[in-house]
Amino acid sequence: MAFGPFFLLALMEGLVTAAVLALAASGLSLVFGVMRVVNVAHGAFFMLGAVLAWAVASAMPGQPAIAFLGALVIAPLLVAALAALADGLILKRLNYDPEATIVATIGLLYMIQQAVLALYGPNANPVTAPFELRLQLPWFGYSGYKLFVIVAAALVLLALWVFMTRTKVGLIMRATQVDRTTARSFGINVDRVYMGTFALGAALAALAGVLIVPIQQAHYLMGGDPLLLSFIVVIIGGLGSLRGTVVAALIIGLSDGVISMFFSPTLAKIIATLLVALVLVFRPQGLFGAKA
Amino acid sequence: MALEVQGITAGYGPVTVLRGVDFRAEAGQITCLMGRNGVGKSTFLKCLMGLLPTTAGTIQVNGLTLQGLPAHQVPKRGLAYVPQGRRLFGPLTVAENLAIGGLVQGNDENTLHQVLTLFPRLRERLTQTAQTLSGGEQQMLAIGRALCLKPTVLLLDEPTEGLQPSMIALIQEAILTLKAQGVAVVLVEQRVDAVRKLADRVAFMRAGRVEEVRDGAGLAANDPAFQTYVGV
Repeated sequence: MAFGPFFLLALMEGLVTAAVLALAASGLSLVFGVMRVVNVAHGAFFMLGAVLAWAVASAMPGQPAIAFLGALVIAPLLVAALAALADGLILKRLNYDPEATIVATIGLLYMIQQAVLALYGPNANPVTAPFELRLQLPWFGYSGYKLFVIVAAALVLLALWVFMTRTKVGLIMRATQVDRTTARSFGINVDRVYMGTFALGAALAALAGVLIVPIQQAHYLMGGDPLLLSFIVVIIGGLGSLRGTVVAALIIGLSDGVISMFFSPTLAKIIATLLVALVLVFRPQGLFGAKA
Repeated sequence: MALEVQGITAGYGPVTVLRGVDFRAEAGQITCLMGRNGVGKSTFLKCLMGLLPTTAGTIQVNGLTLQGLPAHQVPKRGLAYVPQGRRLFGPLTVAENLAIGGLVQGNDENTLHQVLTLFPRLRERLTQTAQTLSGGEQQMLAIGRALCLKPTVLLLDEPTEGLQPSMIALIQEAILTLKAQGVAVVLVEQRVDAVRKLADRVAFMRAGRVEEVRDGAGLAANDPAFQTYVGV
């Protein structure tokens, strides 16, 4: 294959990575932005989304499209409910202390991982894509499902942006993000905002997990990479900035696609880590983050 | 009585700041709170807003008890607060700040219109973020945001601090307008001229208590109370 088509293929693969990463990282960024909680269990929510998608798909054999649609709705809702519970039982009791919540979410990550290992097992299980469509380009054929992932992630991120900037609830969340004490003085129930934010962040991670599971397989340790990459993305983009998250996800996803294809996946990870180091040294608040 | 406080005590951890504060504010009156730095004026306002728990005493607004309510329930009882340093939602626009102010009352257009009539300059800045406003405009927004709650009691913590004279005059005019509209205004103020111009009553605080209450009209610029309680 000539360089041009090869490069196009690398870009398309990179876009798929970027799309899933942007979804997962936007949840992490949202939780940090509004609640100042660094959620180490975010990768576990991603994994749980994928595993629940497998569970829903297994319960509905022979109907991949309906099963996938069901998983797309049910898995994020269940994960959001679990996150809301974790917020009420753990984070709220710690008064959302930044250091204590890091330790607590490490514990939560471990609990979720072990629970999944106990109930689901150590195997990696595939989920059938909702449709079999192959886009035939002049140079190569490409999975229609992967294009669907890109479009779906873009639509969800657009909806998230509209929600945050154009709705009353989004306004309440942004006000709480700026100053939770003053928000209380204007009748905002900050505890409820935090619970909703943590649930929404987890749901975004779970949604990313559901979208990826027909491409990868559901496995109880699959949350590690997305967690690391999400942290890389939010550090580069700026914690709490949705725009920065999307831009950084594109940078990391596309460079990962291109470098992995032309050189090696390891080099892609090295460059991403180098980028994080440069950002931390020269612009610690990230490309789009506000100065502390 | 719009606001009646009896014997409240409060503090930060082991440090007691308020040691039995009695205080009253009536509708259509401006009650000033004066005292040296650290006597507990701002702490007192935070207690009224439920932002700091009280350990004893009672707080009643329009006959309803406040203490024990979570902070986000307090504005629903008719109390609005303009904190020291304004504490605006800086990255949000002026319109969004006012919308947050109006959440409790359902953001009715009439109230917003009244606020923008009181502070016409805000109307020109609606789409600007709060952090880009001048100091005086920020103070107008802080008061306007509180007024969107349609409060019966308005707590103002040094609203003219650090402002230029023309802005101070504008803010003071607005406070007098609110008084005329029947709002009970509680004003923490350090400047004698402002207190003499605005106050119907003045409560002097010392060591975590209100020690003396005087009629504003009876206070001369060289009244010994100012020397005793404020040191000017």
